[in-house]
Amino acid sequence: MRELKFKPKSRWREFLGEKFIAVNALVALFSILLIFVFIFKEAVPVFTDAEVQEEASLHKMTFKQEYYEGRDPKWSWQPNSEVPKYSLFPLLLGTLKAAIIAMLVAIPLGVGAAIYSSEFAGHRTREIIKPAIEMLAAIPSVVLGFFALMILASFLQSTFGFVFRLNAINAGIALGLAVVPIIFTVAEDAMTSVPRSLRDAAVALGANPWQVSITMVLPAAMPGIAAGIVLGFGRAIGETMIVLMASGNAAIISGSFVESIRTFSATIAAELAEVVFGDTHYTVLFFIGSLLFVFTFVVNLAGDMVLVRLKERLQGRSR
Amino acid sequence: MKKLMIAGAALMVLGAMAVAGGAITIKGSDTLVRLGQRWAEVYMEKNPGAIIQVSGGGSGTGIAALLNSATDVCQSSRDMKEKENKLAAEKGLKAYRVSVALDGIAVFLHEKNPVTELSFAQLKGIYTGAITNWKEVGGPDARIIVYGRENNSGTYAFFKEHVLDEEDFSDFTQTLPGTAAVVNAVSKDPNGIGYGGIAWATGVKYAAVRKGDNDPAIEPTMEAVSNGTYPISRDLYWFFAAKPEGELKKLVNWALSEEGQKVAADMDYVPLPKDKAAANVVK
Repeated sequence: MRELKFKPKSRWREFLGEKFIAVNALVALFSILLIFVFIFKEAVPVFTDAEVQEEASLHKMTFKQEYYEGRDPKWSWQPNSEVPKYSLFPLLLGTLKAAIIAMLVAIPLGVGAAIYSSEFAGHRTREIIKPAIEMLAAIPSVVLGFFALMILASFLQSTFGFVFRLNAINAGIALGLAVVPIIFTVAEDAMTSVPRSLRDAAVALGANPWQVSITMVLPAAMPGIAAGIVLGFGRAIGETMIVLMASGNAAIISGSFVESIRTFSATIAAELAEVVFGDTHYTVLFFIGSLLFVFTFVVNLAGDMVLVRLKERLQGRSR
Repeated sequence: MKKLMIAGAALMVLGAMAVAGGAITIKGSDTLVRLGQRWAEVYMEKNPGAIIQVSGGGSGTGIAALLNSATDVCQSSRDMKEKENKLAAEKGLKAYRVSVALDGIAVFLHEKNPVTELSFAQLKGIYTGAITNWKEVGGPDARIIVYGRENNSGTYAFFKEHVLDEEDFSDFTQTLPGTAAVVNAVSKDPNGIGYGGIAWATGVKYAAVRKGDNDPAIEPTMEAVSNGTYPISRDLYWFFAAKPEGELKKLVNWALSEEGQKVAADMDYVPLPKDKAAANVVK
């Protein structure tokens, strides 16, 4: 029998190896922290600087403003005007509209494809489908955006007769295509990792393949699917190039999905390059960046909490 | 070892001196960057030893760089704003402006659009949202779909100042990144209208533009921009931190020379009329 005694030298190696891995894990944490501190620092004047607040206080960015005497108060994003207008409401509306359409497209497609691939597809089909869908994630978003700008928009307009060629639906569909692989990958992994024993038990009780997958595997994999949807939603909110190219970028207040939209991320991308350092406009763009950051953070946190609850319930430990 | 380090340090110092002393940096407008690069190439070919580095980033970026003494020449498709002038004065700079070429902004329409000419008043109405239907300007009964540039572009600022009299663009204006995207969108949208540099249009048609209601409508051609009859034209500038001397002076005067202006024309920019170019030469 070999002796299970470690030599001091190998203990040293172990120690270093462990520390090295720990540092790797911490790098991500620190980067996130530093990025947040930097973005937030640039946004602070919104709360403290009187000069910035004159044009863009929290109140002015949220509520309708009477910009010109005698004209109706309104929400408006016109930062380069003689009377700069920094309403965030039209941008929030646009961001949500695009994300909603994207999720409406991506959830059925992603989850449906995942069910098919993990439950029904034969081995060979699956070996083709899975990498093909995951290839979608490898397409640069600027290419997807260009596709939506040139081809998808014309197709949708000629099919449905949209007045605005570039609109929330057009951008949302393209955005959905970018989100599908995220939902698909996570959901598929969750479903394939449902234990064999559960499936066997269901089959033994006389369930057919359809019943096994819908009534048994799907609920059991729900935490993973929910996590995929949350991750996908985060991407839909933050994705920039697609909406910049395909949405029309008009900051309009309207409930209609066939009118143009302007999103938070596209606004930052379009305007940040040429604003004056420390200017009101600059500060507001960083404030939007902080909002996006906080927003994704909250969404991920909420998703995590849902996940934990679901896991507890599925494992029969619900309170 | 020590010797090697000293030699290395000396080399680095020499290198830094070469970069700081000899090279001229040109930075700014994305409209002008192609011309700046071509000018630099031709100039360096004729003057061995001259080193010129050209980069874009936008007029605003260029002016900021000039004010921070980070560039020798700033290319800009617009004049300096009051804020920027104030900042320059605070820093003790006497910004020196030279117009080096001309540029016209064309109005694009879809090829099937029956409208052929628009007045300034009509353009202003369309872009501020007062006019929303083509039939109000002599076209079919259809909603006007308005395309424009992002608010960081010099073209946006120029159009806003000269055509909109500094009023806001309509909230419904769809802004696209780059003139090429605007041209693409209009070429695919029968009710679309857009604007951008005159060298860009393919797949769309130009609207002839009249300034006053009784003025003749002018097509945006090179000649019309050069002789000043086309109403939406602008100067493209080089800004210096002070009146240019030595190598800088030589460079700008060469760009204004017949040879420099021919380079501009070859690159599809509009050259300055001869008398104006001569008047701009730095003495």
